Amino acid sequence: MKVAVVGVGYSGFNANTPDLHWKEITLEAAARAYDDAGINPRKDVDSIVTCAEDIWEGFAIFDEFVPDQLGGVLKPTCTVCADFLFGVATAYMQIKSELADIAVVEAHSKASDILTFGETIKFAMDPIWLREIGNAHPYYFAALEMSQYVNECCITEEQLAEVVVKNKNNALRNSSAPYGSKITVEDVLNSPMVFDPMRKLEIAPRSDGAVVFVLANEDVARDITDTPIWVKGVGWWSETSNYDTMSFNAAYAYKAAKMAYKLAGITNPAKEIDIAEVDDRFAFKEFQHIEALQLSKRFETGTLMQEGYFAKDGELPVNVSGGSLGIGNLLEATGGQKALEIVLQLRRLAGRRQVDAETGVAQAWRYIPTASGAVAVFGV
Amino acid sequence: MSVGKKDISCPPEAPGTPLKDSDIKEKKVTYVEDHPDMRYAWTAGQAISRFLNELKEGKLIATKCNKCRRILFPPRIFCELCYKPIDDWVYVQDTGTVQTFSISYIDPDARPLKEPIIVAVIAVDGASKNMAFMHVLGEVEPEDVYIGMRVKAVWKPEEEREGSVTDIKYWKPMEK
Repeated sequence: MKVAVVGVGYSGFNANTPDLHWKEITLEAAARAYDDAGINPRKDVDSIVTCAEDIWEGFAIFDEFVPDQLGGVLKPTCTVCADFLFGVATAYMQIKSELADIAVVEAHSKASDILTFGETIKFAMDPIWLREIGNAHPYYFAALEMSQYVNECCITEEQLAEVVVKNKNNALRNSSAPYGSKITVEDVLNSPMVFDPMRKLEIAPRSDGAVVFVLANEDVARDITDTPIWVKGVGWWSETSNYDTMSFNAAYAYKAAKMAYKLAGITNPAKEIDIAEVDDRFAFKEFQHIEALQLSKRFETGTLMQEGYFAKDGELPVNVSGGSLGIGNLLEATGGQKALEIVLQLRRLAGRRQVDAETGVAQAWRYIPTASGAVAVFGV
Repeated sequence: MSVGKKDISCPPEAPGTPLKDSDIKEKKVTYVEDHPDMRYAWTAGQAISRFLNELKEGKLIATKCNKCRRILFPPRIFCELCYKPIDDWVYVQDTGTVQTFSISYIDPDARPLKEPIIVAVIAVDGASKNMAFMHVLGEVEPEDVYIGMRVKAVWKPEEEREGSVTDIKYWKPMEK
């Protein structure tokens, strides 16, 4: 029994949302997803999976706040404390195990509600071992990882800047991308060195929004849509919680991708994947994740980036949506934005940024200070 | 002899080493202390913003779903049972009936309160069943509170209201 995405909906994405409560953002995304799938959530949905982290919300036991706006009152719901793609994996398993015919996945970001973002990230750090070291904004954790990675892989400043240029320019073709900008490599190199070796423009700003997917088993999918997008494989992986013993080369993404590719029967990702959306909340992460997903070889990614291999009209478009650098950091909805773009592309609904693709991969990381992430492979 | 009876002997008393408050203060017990500074400002959104602004006016507002005919309180922009947008805004009364209550003697840090706090769920007049306001009761002795008691909101003076649920100071009994 295969599993398909039969409906998608989203709200945003915006740098700020002063007019809407997070429940109202979620409602907007959910109502669109149910309309897209042509279903009535009160009758047709068997299970709801929300992906949320209490600390981003600012209140505990987030599970309790889930049902109403998703049409899930008096229905099985659960919250996965992770990125949207972990939720896709959970829903996939619920359908595969025949617990549900139709399962819904939701994630959102109301990052603009967080007044002390740096302090909130710090809350994820081991209180005895890491939290008291220095008093810099915790973005420096990403810079530490970047420093080692770009040195090991011989990635230049210009090559890093190319990622920002590509994604922010791609974002200009996406009306849902608030941080699109017609910038150049020079602009990036001139931006302030805020966490040496990381420049300001290499860091994704924050964004608000919500993503909702409706997943269904093969029978239901063929019944209700002419354009099912199959979930071909899912994978997730964690390294270690210790910042000082992580691989710093995204082993979590490599392993998660291996798991997803195995399910999808993909043996040569660089040839078989037509489009990828990877976590680029820091520019160097796009390099790491492209390599971890085996879309290019180590030491070659930088050159390929400069040659336009990952551009919209390149051999293997990466982050055509604008990525997180163009759309913003959507917290646990980051993977939702990535998966959404893949589904829209495979359904040929991506408008001005449409590329020719039949198989796509979405990947997200659990953000600093983690070495965890998830991957999903989609196909027509 | 009763069936299953066994001879049970208690283990010898192990006196152990009692911990004193000073042991912790003097760090004889190893620990690391941290005081995270996490602050949020939650956007109230369409429904609750209207509700809070009406509180400033001394009014309680709800929304209405024409399909299930419920009056939804506190207001929301969608009916969670019918999963459709609401149809109208309607005012409800600042009177109601105690649906359940608790007389609480302990504060969140487990210290005794000087005066007990009477927390109550108040079924607001004009709203549908299970559409209630959780608030506190005042001007009443704990022993006089009962389920089914009729109560009325006691508002802060208009100039002190700020668009918060605390614009109502408490609810007091209607009968005297």
